[in-house]
Amino acid sequence: MAQVVPAERDLRRVIGDGEGVPDGEVDGLTEADLLDLYRSLVLLRTYDERSVVYHSQGRIGTYAIFWNHEAMQVGSVHALTDEDWIFPSYRESAIGLLRGMPPATVLSWWRGHPAGWWNPADYNVASISVPIATHVPHAAGLAWGKRLLGESAVALAFFGDGATSEGSFHEGANFAAVMRAPLVLLCNNNGWAISTPVAEQTRAETLADKAVGYGMPGVRVDGVDVLAVYEATRAAVERARAGEGPTFIEAVSYRTAPHGTADDHRAYIDLERVEEEKRRECVGRYEGYLRRLGVLTDAGRDEIRAEALARMREGIARAEAEPEPDLSVVFQNALADPPASFARDLAELRRILGKPEPEGAASTQPSGPEGAAREGAV
Amino acid sequence: MAELTLLEAINDALHVELERDERVMLMGEDIGRAGGVFRATAGLRDRFGANRCVDTPLAEAGILGTAVGLCMAGWRPVCEMQYDAFSYPCLDQLITHVGRYRWRTGGGMEFPLTIRMPYGGGVRAPELHDDSPETYYVHTPGIKVAVPATPADAKGLLAAAVRDPDPVVVLEPKLVYRTARGEVPEGDYVVPLGLARLAREGSDLTIVAYGAMVGVAERAADELEASVEVLDLRTLKPLDEDALLASAAKTGRVVLVQEAPRTCGYAAELAAILAERAILDLRGPVLRVTGYDVPYPYWSIEDAYMPSVARVVDAARRLLEFA
Repeated sequence: MAQVVPAERDLRRVIGDGEGVPDGEVDGLTEADLLDLYRSLVLLRTYDERSVVYHSQGRIGTYAIFWNHEAMQVGSVHALTDEDWIFPSYRESAIGLLRGMPPATVLSWWRGHPAGWWNPADYNVASISVPIATHVPHAAGLAWGKRLLGESAVALAFFGDGATSEGSFHEGANFAAVMRAPLVLLCNNNGWAISTPVAEQTRAETLADKAVGYGMPGVRVDGVDVLAVYEATRAAVERARAGEGPTFIEAVSYRTAPHGTADDHRAYIDLERVEEEKRRECVGRYEGYLRRLGVLTDAGRDEIRAEALARMREGIARAEAEPEPDLSVVFQNALADPPASFARDLAELRRILGKPEPEGAASTQPSGPEGAAREGAV
Repeated sequence: MAELTLLEAINDALHVELERDERVMLMGEDIGRAGGVFRATAGLRDRFGANRCVDTPLAEAGILGTAVGLCMAGWRPVCEMQYDAFSYPCLDQLITHVGRYRWRTGGGMEFPLTIRMPYGGGVRAPELHDDSPETYYVHTPGIKVAVPATPADAKGLLAAAVRDPDPVVVLEPKLVYRTARGEVPEGDYVVPLGLARLAREGSDLTIVAYGAMVGVAERAADELEASVEVLDLRTLKPLDEDALLASAAKTGRVVLVQEAPRTCGYAAELAAILAERAILDLRGPVLRVTGYDVPYPYWSIEDAYMPSVARVVDAARRLLEFA
């Protein structure tokens, strides 16, 4: 068995500060690749900012904000190929956008509408896991199962710092290591699990230290440096594909936004630190890097922003145009062959509510395995 | 036909299912090298290899959680929980994901996994080796539950579970693992989920039971002077309501037997269905013979807890007084 060394302490960084700290570079990334990363960052940033607005306008429900987490989401996903699987938590609700999922789908999810469910096999993106860490074993199982079939797909699981306290995280990580599952465990350590600071989750010096106990490498990166996350994930994916098993990546940031739209973080968070972190937020930092490299101009930036905004406007319009779900949706898809009681219950509900079966009712269900409605992946 | 014990019938079913579908895999604690603590999986690792009869880490939530991912990769995992009460850690995965994932994907993805476990008391075992956890499973939407009482049904229901497109829990009555013997069809054999079995026909009174309690019901029927029907449910979910209602209509008197604690146990659901849909057919109250609302007792006094022939006979005699 490979020797596993204690996890590193320093955060890996690539992007400099434009002053004393010089920029680094990532081998093999072309100018087009660098701009693709930027386009994805802007898409997710636009999605997140518009979603907060849509929530305030009552157009979507409670929403888990991911502002300033775009770098770790984009950097890691760009290190994958389309055959690889992504297992998001609710913090990565819009990760499917990076795989061509229409914004309307994710917005519908946050609108509590069945058009927001998708078939994971259409995008190799698992459903959003609402409970904490329980999807980590799913990612381990998918990765292990692909390896058993002789396929080369890798799985990437997102979870937060608080999730490392959950038993499911432990069982999933341990299973993945024992089975040498090709899995990347991407821990979004933003310092806070709602109002509980990471120092109250663990006495471990770093979360990456936990990797040692599972016999896997633990890596620490600056979570707001998209290139550092990309590079670390790429190495972990290569290792996984080579049959060497899982890697734990701790992407460190500081949560600048409330946990969600229902949370008021002024009760617990360090507001001065929030302002400081906002000044080095991940999209702006990367923009500075690209400008120093001469890859991005004002015109290029404006075009990419306008494109993302247009997709969001179209997305919310489409989500809002979804018809009200018919009552039958309540009973659909729980089982392949529903019991007779479902039909009796539905008939009774229609009678009591005075809502007869609609003629030629439009289906609000996502496509089956055959008919993915992809938009161009970014 | 071969005469097998219930345990041998399970082992036979697993051989057949692993043979007929290369995507079926077994996973659990001590199921490979040891062949399972009851030897239900004996010989399977040698026959099908360590990747299809997997000794897993000791982690029930991890077993079921990784099984979800294995389904997404195209496998049909059959998970063994070593004992009834050791399955409780897996309830987290069962409730939050296993019963919901098909629905969550708009029916786009199937989760054809099976969870099998020995269940029930009467085996003189330490604490937490004796539980009847069926209510937890039955109560979870999206989950089917089967409980065989005979070797043939143990094979046929397990085969149906493995082939079913949805998650199925199969509770195996460990009390009769080696004492229930019977003819079992060889090779491919399926007992469809959702069909009860009339273990004995009668006209005065119906005893409804499942798993190890079917034998208790039959012995009680032997002792009673009346013509007693014994209905073996075989599947708790989906329930064969037609069989239940037909027997209630025929005899007008129903005794329900379960090992699990009484409150909100499966018999309560059966009683509610009878009240809703058969009350005008009934000649007397629906009576339950169940475990009690206490932790399963120390084994030196467990016989006092388990529904016994004497308790079933007593309930039946009280009910037969209603003309």
